[in-house]
Parts: sequence; C-alpha cells; structure tokens
Amino acid sequence: MTLPVATNSIGRDTWTVFARAMRLSLRNPAWVVIGLTQPVLYILLFGPLLEPLSGQLGSGNAYQVFVPGILVQLGIFGALFVGFGLIAEWRAGVVESQRVTPASRTALLLGRVLRDVVVLLVQGTVLVLVSIPLGLRAPVLGVVLALLVVALLGAAFSAVSYALALTLKSEDAFAPLLNAVVLPVLLLSGILLPMTLAPGWLQAVSDVNPLKHVVDGVRSLFDGSYTSATAWWGLGLTLAMAALGWWFGVRRFRRESG
Amino acid sequence: MIEARGLARTFRRKKQEVRAVAGVDLDVAAGEIVGFLGPNGAGKTTTLRMLTTLLVPTAGTATVAGCDLLADPVGVRRRIGYVSQSGSTQPEALAGEEVVDHGRLYGMSTADATARGRRLFTELDLEGLWERKPKAMSGGQRRRLDIAMGLVHEPGLVFLDEPTTGLDPQARANLWQHIRGLREERGTTVFLTTHYLDEADALCDRILVIDSGAIVAEGTPDALKSGVGGDVLTVTAARADEVGAVARLVAGLPGAEPPQVHGDRVVGRVPNGGGALVQLVRELDAAGLGVAGIESRRPSLDDVFLGLTGRSLREEGAPVAPVVPEPEGALR
Repeated sequence: MTLPVATNSIGRDTWTVFARAMRLSLRNPAWVVIGLTQPVLYILLFGPLLEPLSGQLGSGNAYQVFVPGILVQLGIFGALFVGFGLIAEWRAGVVESQRVTPASRTALLLGRVLRDVVVLLVQGTVLVLVSIPLGLRAPVLGVVLALLVVALLGAAFSAVSYALALTLKSEDAFAPLLNAVVLPVLLLSGILLPMTLAPGWLQAVSDVNPLKHVVDGVRSLFDGSYTSATAWWGLGLTLAMAALGWWFGVRRFRRESG
Repeated sequence: MIEARGLARTFRRKKQEVRAVAGVDLDVAAGEIVGFLGPNGAGKTTTLRMLTTLLVPTAGTATVAGCDLLADPVGVRRRIGYVSQSGSTQPEALAGEEVVDHGRLYGMSTADATARGRRLFTELDLEGLWERKPKAMSGGQRRRLDIAMGLVHEPGLVFLDEPTTGLDPQARANLWQHIRGLREERGTTVFLTTHYLDEADALCDRILVIDSGAIVAEGTPDALKSGVGGDVLTVTAARADEVGAVARLVAGLPGAEPPQVHGDRVVGRVPNGGGALVQLVRELDAAGLGVAGIESRRPSLDDVFLGLTGRSLREEGAPVAPVVPEPEGALR
C-alpha cells in the first residue's frame, strides 16, 4: 500500500483548519454580520442615552466609557456563541472525520479559535471606527491594546465554547447554559454602565467578577492611563482567563470524542 | 491487516456500567472484504470506533494496519480510512474543498490532494460535483463523497460504517459496485458494518456476526448458511387454532429441528426441503388440516442470525415465540 509522506505539524494543521473555517465564514457571512450588528446597535441606540450622564461617569466623553464596555462584550459574548457552529459540524460528522486524521488535536481547536479571533478583531475595529463620528476620542495605543484584550478574551471564550459544545453536543443543552451565564455576568461587569454608579452592595458583588476589572482596565487604556493599577489588573486577569480557557479547551479536544 | 484480541469497551451511564463490547477477537487479512453483521446496538459501531482510534478500549489489544492501536494511534490514523455513519462534510462547504482540506490533514500537499480528489470524483461517478455543496447532493452522491473523503490519502484499509443505510435500492447496488471496486482495482482491505443481510451476502468474503457485544459466529456467507443445518420450511395454517397441530407435524418430519411459531406461521428446518414438503402435504391432508401457504427455501443470513441469537434481524429486538413442547414425543 502507498503511504503518504508524514508531513503533519501543528502549525500546518492549524493553518488548514483555520483556512477552511475562514472560507466557510466568508462564504456565509450572515453570522459575522449579525455578530457585528448587535454591538453597533448598542453604540448607535444606547450610546446617546449616556451623553447627558457623562459628568457623572467621571469622563468628559460618554463614548470613552461606553465603547470599551461594548468591546469587552463583543470579545466575550461573540466568542461564547461559536460553539453552536461546532455542534452543527459535529452532527454533520465533520468533527469525527477530522479526528480520524493524524492531525494534531490542538490544531483542530486552534485553527477554529484563530478564525474567531480574526472575526472579532474585524468587528472590534469596525466598532471603534463607527464610534469616532459619534464623538469617541481615545489614544491609538489605547485602542490597539484594547483590541489585544478583545483578541485574548475571544480566544479564551471561544475555546471554552467549543469545549462545552463538544461535551454537550446539543443546542438544546448549550443555549440555556449560555443564557444562564451571560445575563448575570453582563449585568455584574459594568459593561453598559460603570459600576461606580451602583450602590455599595452591588459594587461588592461585582468586584468578584473578573470581567468587571477587565472592563475597568480597558476603560483606563482608552483613557491613556497605561501604567495605572486598573489597567494592569485588567490585562493580568485577561491573560489569566485566556490561559484557563485555553487549558480547558485543549483538554477537551485531546480527550476521546465519545 | 487487523488483529484484535479481547477488545472491550464499557461506558459509564449515570453511575451504571454498560458493556457495549464485551471482548472481541478478530482477524482480517490484507485484501479481504469483511462484514460486521448485527442489529442496532449490538456493538458494531463501538468496535469500529475503537479500531479507528476514536474510542480507547477499556480492555484488550489490537494491531491495525501494522500499528499498535494503543501505542501508536497516529500511525493507525495515517494508514486507515474511515467513513462514518454520520457523514464527513459541512453541508455548506464545496465538496472539492472538503476533500482537499481532508487530504491536507493527512499531510498531503494541496496539489496532491487536489489531483487525488479529482481522480476519486471520476472513479466514484461524482464528475462535475467538485463545486457542489453537499447539501445540494443526493443521498447516494453524499455517501460517495464521504467515501472519497475516506480514500483521499490512499489508505490500505478502509472502515465503512453502515455504508448504504438510508439509500434507495439503486443507489445501494451502485455503492456495492464501488466498494467491490476498491478491492479489485487497488487491493484495499475493506471492513464494513451493516445490519442488512443482503449487503453482507452480496459484498463480503467473510462475515462476523455480533450480538450483545460479542462475536457469536464467523465464516463465509455460504459456510454460515450451511451451518444453519438444512432448508427452511414455512407453513401458514389456514385456521389460527390449528397452528399447534401443524407445528407438531412439522416437528415430526425426518431430521427436523424444533419448529418455531410466529402467529399463524410455522417455521421449521429440515435437511431436505423438497422431500419434506411432499411428506408434509400428505400428512396435512390425512390429518384434515388446511394450509394457506407452504414454502421451502435455502437458508438466508437472517436464518443464520435467528439460529445464533434467537432473534430475527428484520424484526429487531422482537423475541421469537418458542413452540409449545409436545406431549406425543414427536420432537426429534
């Protein structure tokens, strides 16, 4: 029998998986567009409500406070929903047919996660550009660092989403789980309004939520306070979550599929 | 090509251990087409998923395509093709791109995978469908696309899980031809699972019969059938209340095995169907018993399965009613 030359490597396999996933996303861009519409709607329809409050928000510019929150929201919730696509692929037999190839299990995850990160970065960039005519003013370095945070958060939560999807293998189980997590986390992270507006007890509860500190961190980046403790806490927690999410995802993908 | 010893898999479901496969030994030689026959839930797919590295066995060892299943799963993956029951392609992708990407995951270059994929499309009657989305293909085309996916890296051993389930008769016959072609044209060893008897009969050199997680028989289709011990005699009683009397007559035929009763039908097994038929007709006549139908035929693989497990493959899971013991000592 003829044997193919063994030229698998994690980098090459990742590229193959990434290119395939990207091609499929571009061919059916509905999800990319829907994922983008939502944050843009927040900016256009919710942002103006904050303008009269800008004095209370401790900033001269409401969008400087609001856009970072929406960016973090995009990174987390945009990524958390990617698992639905994997459940569909699993049902079509794609996941299993990829798992009988000698390709690296990590690459099967990494390629997909990279596609999601690229999509999130494009969405985040559009989001920032849309906000500029509305009055967003922020330093370029701060915006770039903020997008880096979005990319890291996206990688973590997309890996988690894929791992959960592969474990549950059913939209009916996956959707309620996401909904149960998303709303409280959203409300307790100060994404829409800073938690400084909250009464003491609510602030105390939200202090436990790492995402609240990430949002605060990104706000400092938009403020240009790169060396502030808030910024460093945000970045540090982002890295920690990225590492944890990645570990969780890889562990699930390396396990047998059954 | 395959050598498995004591392969077993236990699943844990809600703190209960379920033994899906209870220790399977099997040997498949290079160039063979071997069928794994059994009803749904018998352990066919679980065994296949172990042999293709998708499930780790809880016990046992196996060498597949020259590589140890446990020590070198990547080596196994490189050398085998697997066509699963559930398909292998994204409905929205383009067929050709899926095949090329699959080839790349086997370490092939894009150019090699494309050339090989195009050739497979020609061989498998998929010409002109390279740019077609799988969701726009017929069931038979999609199945052949799955086979193209499984063959893109030219494996010497291919696993096909229920290859023709859900296909219409014409598409099935067509697929059988392609499966035979795998061996005839490139010497590929084929291991397939099926719960269709005609499929196993038409396609396989050798059959392994699996039931409740264990192999209960193995051999060529002919050997298995002759092992059943004689022709199958089916008599349908004209009146339901006479079925017992008819069964007693069938049981009294020379060399007959205890017959089984399904409703108003009596199914018996005799060494010589033709002679028994004549004798039975005379005896029925003498006893004044009417019959609605009487038939003698060569045994099928379904009879093999029935004889081995006491259950029919066609009426899955339905146990066959045993004949009432006879007081007259007419039984064999």
